[in-house]
Amino acid sequence: MKNVSVNELKNIATDLRKKAVTMIYEAQSGHPGGSLSAADFVAACYFREMNIDPKNPKWEDRDRFVLSKGHVCPIQYAALGTLGYFPEKELHTLRKEGSILQGHPDMKKCPGIDISTGSLGQGLACAVGMALCAKMDGKDYRAFVVVGDGEAQEGEIWEAAQTANKYHLDNLIVFVDDNNLQLDGTCDEVMPNIHLGKKFEAFGFESYEIDGNDMQQIVDTLDRIRESKNGKPKCIFGHTVKGKGVSYMENACGWHGVAPNDEEYAQAMKELDAQMI
Amino acid sequence: MSEMKKATREGFGEEIVALGKQNKDICVIDIDIGKSCKTGEFVKQLPKQHINVGIAEQNGAGVAAGMATCGKIPFVVTYAVFGSLRMCEMIRQEICYPNLNVKIACSHGGVTPANDGASHQSIEDMGVLRTIPNMTVIMPADYVAAKKLTAAAAEMYGPCYLRFTRDAIPVIYDETAEFVIGKANVLKEGKDVAIIANGDTVVLALKAAEELAKEGIQARVVDMHTIKPLDVEEVNYCVDHIGKIITVEDHNILNGLGSAVCEVAAEKGKGIVKRIGIQDQFGQSAPYERLLAINGITVENIVKTAKELYSL
Repeated sequence: MKNVSVNELKNIATDLRKKAVTMIYEAQSGHPGGSLSAADFVAACYFREMNIDPKNPKWEDRDRFVLSKGHVCPIQYAALGTLGYFPEKELHTLRKEGSILQGHPDMKKCPGIDISTGSLGQGLACAVGMALCAKMDGKDYRAFVVVGDGEAQEGEIWEAAQTANKYHLDNLIVFVDDNNLQLDGTCDEVMPNIHLGKKFEAFGFESYEIDGNDMQQIVDTLDRIRESKNGKPKCIFGHTVKGKGVSYMENACGWHGVAPNDEEYAQAMKELDAQMI
Repeated sequence: MSEMKKATREGFGEEIVALGKQNKDICVIDIDIGKSCKTGEFVKQLPKQHINVGIAEQNGAGVAAGMATCGKIPFVVTYAVFGSLRMCEMIRQEICYPNLNVKIACSHGGVTPANDGASHQSIEDMGVLRTIPNMTVIMPADYVAAKKLTAAAAEMYGPCYLRFTRDAIPVIYDETAEFVIGKANVLKEGKDVAIIANGDTVVLALKAAEELAKEGIQARVVDMHTIKPLDVEEVNYCVDHIGKIITVEDHNILNGLGSAVCEVAAEKGKGIVKRIGIQDQFGQSAPYERLLAINGITVENIVKTAKELYSL
């Protein structure tokens, strides 16, 4: 854990949002809505919570980060680029031929990606495998996973949750990015999720329900979780706003996988700049 | 060929224990059919290297991928039909695309789960998996081959599908036999016709060759234990020097061994290939031998087909 203040983390999250939107604008392709909803948790993990070394991305004892909702990788790429996993200028190559920054995360191409993702529902099982290895080898590293609420409609998520419970993976932290929007509409319309925090709790997880865009709540929850070695895997059920930080994208289903035009991009940058404290 | 009969799944079950003792990174991920797939000894002797994810194949593949990123060599163990098709997309996305060192080791390949019916018979697995980049696809022909190819799979880096079967079959190799992944074993020389087989059907090819020899037809018998990467050199040899090839497999004739051999012959624009295998139809509950017979996977049909080719 690094000693970074909540206000600093807020600014980092805003900076990551700007970078992610810029990448998607430059590529004219990508997924801004979910990138923005997950930004605060991603910032808290990479810049405060996780035990990582950007100069040594394959360090065996590092904490792992799995972006199960792989389509929101611009926000993760922004964090990795800012931390120096690769030259920051690479951020301008998103989705371009030959880029290390594929449309969905590719661990073979991009330093700092712990597992390739993109097909929804699969990342949690991979993170379970990582957390299991830490237990098997008597190591302290943890596995952090971001799962989308839409994605939690996939059955494999719950298969993986069962396994986490069975093997007492208290080193597994699942953040549910609960923005209640998916491609075809709201999650409630497409496929009601019931209450994902309670659902994970029913699967044996220690569950926390927070405002997933409130940095203070994220940091406080991660602090509590760090101390909790009770054999239970952890779930942070974070209520978030899809498109958070850019007014016209907020809670708008249409901004799932669409890039902003020139005017929209200028407005997004202006709004995000105003959020710097 | 010895009188001894043993199932290839037994060979896997024994070898994986030996490998796990030598290398603590080797793990078994069971999906609740470990008893049937012969991982019982591994569970007993190496419990710390064993995971059972319950009846959840997709998760089993994902957990294996995660473990492989942390340096383990997981063997995911289930039946062939589930280990290929139920897990197919996870194998593609999380194992083959990142080229992780995961082995999918499956019993009950082909129609060997005979009485269980079509739901449990696996006739598409090798074809499906051979189309995924980075994947190696292997089917051993007997107990000895199963042990040696399991060891070779553990030794090589990368995703690998191993297909074993249920029934005790004759042991055709002796313990000194050598196996190289991607390199076929020529079991009998012959100039008139080439019979390229894999798995449990290799013994049928050998018996057919004996029958043919009685009638003066010399068959070259090839155990093509790896269908990907295919031993193209061996197929080319058969095309160039014999030109008349029969493939035999307990798999759909579409996209399995027969197809792989045809691809090579077609690109050379030479030779003729006759495919013996499952005739693009589902099985049913019936004795294994009957299911083979229904599809023409018999010594008699290999002999008949060889004679037809020979007379051309």
